[in-house]
Amino acid sequence: FAGLADVSIAEDIPVEGEITVPVGSHSPDEDYSTLDEPVRDTIMRDLKAVGKKFVHVMYPKKSSALLRDWDLWGPLVLCVSLALMLQGGSADSKEDGGPQFAEVFVIIWFGAVVITLNSKLLGGTISFFQSLCVLGYCVLPLTVAMLVCRLVLLAGSGTVSFIIRLIVVVAMFGWSTLASTAFLADSQPPNRKALVVYPIFLFYFVISWMILTFTPQ
Amino acid sequence: MAAVDDLKFQEFDDAANLLAANPDATTISIDEPAEIPKNQHSRRQEPGREEDDELLGTDDSDKTELLAGQKKSAPFWTFEYYQTFFDVDTYQVLDRIKGSVFPVPGKNFVRLYIRSNPDLYGPFWICATLVFTIAVSGNLSNFFIHLGKPTYHYVPEFRKVSIAATTIYAYAWLVPLALWGFLMWRNSKVMNIVSYSFLEIVCVYGYSLFIYIPTAILWIIPQKVVRWVLMMFSLCLSGSVLVMTFWPAVRDDNRRIALATVGTVVLFHALLSVGCLAYFFDAPELDFPAPVIPAHNVSTVITKS
Repeated sequence: FAGLADVSIAEDIPVEGEITVPVGSHSPDEDYSTLDEPVRDTIMRDLKAVGKKFVHVMYPKKSSALLRDWDLWGPLVLCVSLALMLQGGSADSKEDGGPQFAEVFVIIWFGAVVITLNSKLLGGTISFFQSLCVLGYCVLPLTVAMLVCRLVLLAGSGTVSFIIRLIVVVAMFGWSTLASTAFLADSQPPNRKALVVYPIFLFYFVISWMILTFTPQ
Repeated sequence: MAAVDDLKFQEFDDAANLLAANPDATTISIDEPAEIPKNQHSRRQEPGREEDDELLGTDDSDKTELLAGQKKSAPFWTFEYYQTFFDVDTYQVLDRIKGSVFPVPGKNFVRLYIRSNPDLYGPFWICATLVFTIAVSGNLSNFFIHLGKPTYHYVPEFRKVSIAATTIYAYAWLVPLALWGFLMWRNSKVMNIVSYSFLEIVCVYGYSLFIYIPTAILWIIPQKVVRWVLMMFSLCLSGSVLVMTFWPAVRDDNRRIALATVGTVVLFHALLSVGCLAYFFDAPELDFPAPVIPAHNVSTVITKS
């Protein structure tokens, strides 16, 4: 910049011009202000995000979309529907029955929080809510298994139906565990992966057990 | 713009001299393998604090602190403090589990496996696994025992999970607390050579419960003799781990107090296993119904005379 050292602007010449930049398109404004759009757009955007994550869980590939834009709507819907479907069995309060709604809810959410804390304490780099999101979404195969179990139980509750339910629940349990491991394993230190995967295995095992032992009245 | 000098090969001076010449330089210390995770943690989580230490010239004190084995330097309200309790790798956890299942006579579990690094991962997850194993196995065994009967309607018995959780977590945390308090009190009276911190005692108790997981699974077998044999076997194994750990801590004390302490430890352990067997697993029924009429006759004979 040596050449500019001797440039001086005479004080009697006014400096004038335009500072504003002509705005060609309105897209920067639209990104920040979603206040004016129709309500249907807002809801559909969230629903599409949730639906896209469901598809990611059913076909787990190593994509970071599930991790980047976390949301807890999907896990909430799955947890509530699973807890509702586990009702209606052994409503007899005289003896021990199946899990109550609150028990299922607490097990899923408390279990997910404990597993997330565990992976963070072991040195994982994933954030708290991202991990909750992944664990919640990977309950989807087990919710599908619960639906199938209830339909099979409508047909009958003999040995054949038990074997069908067993196969379905075991398959979905494997799918859940593999899906969540595929998403979460990369963020763990390499020599502690097994320490992080085992609690996830235990978590889905407990949920599968609740599904398998569901007996309607 | 790189000067010509920069492209020439330079001898690198000793790290201490370089640091003395330029205290702002970032340093990488390659310590023993066991300490690398700690370094990585502190460097990844709080790079700002590391830089402050280097600027203040306290890098040496940081290193000596690490080498002395003191890791709990973070204040207890930070997340890093609790991370020091989970500073174990997979092979370390597996080694500790192996040490609790195959106790080597004469070798102290704490001194051999835990001395430098008590962890909370093992106790917490072994207790969680044990809770669900006992509940599930108890449910399964009751199902198989009552299978043929027409009046039996299967229930999942979910209440028992919460009861099992309360019992096992209370045992794994309150009994070590009481034992630690007792040992501290005796330590103030009699100078013991060996003393354990609270976390080390929790660790020993947690890992010693591991043997009950396969035992609970095998308790599904509905034979009374098999169950009691299994219980004796697992009680001996885990009891011996506890005895070998705590005997050196009380042996310098009054003989009777030492024996009473070790006896109480084993007694509580036995109570836990007997209680679990009795509550969660129904007794396998006899093949024939107990005769009712002769007993009635005997009782009437007794009352008459």
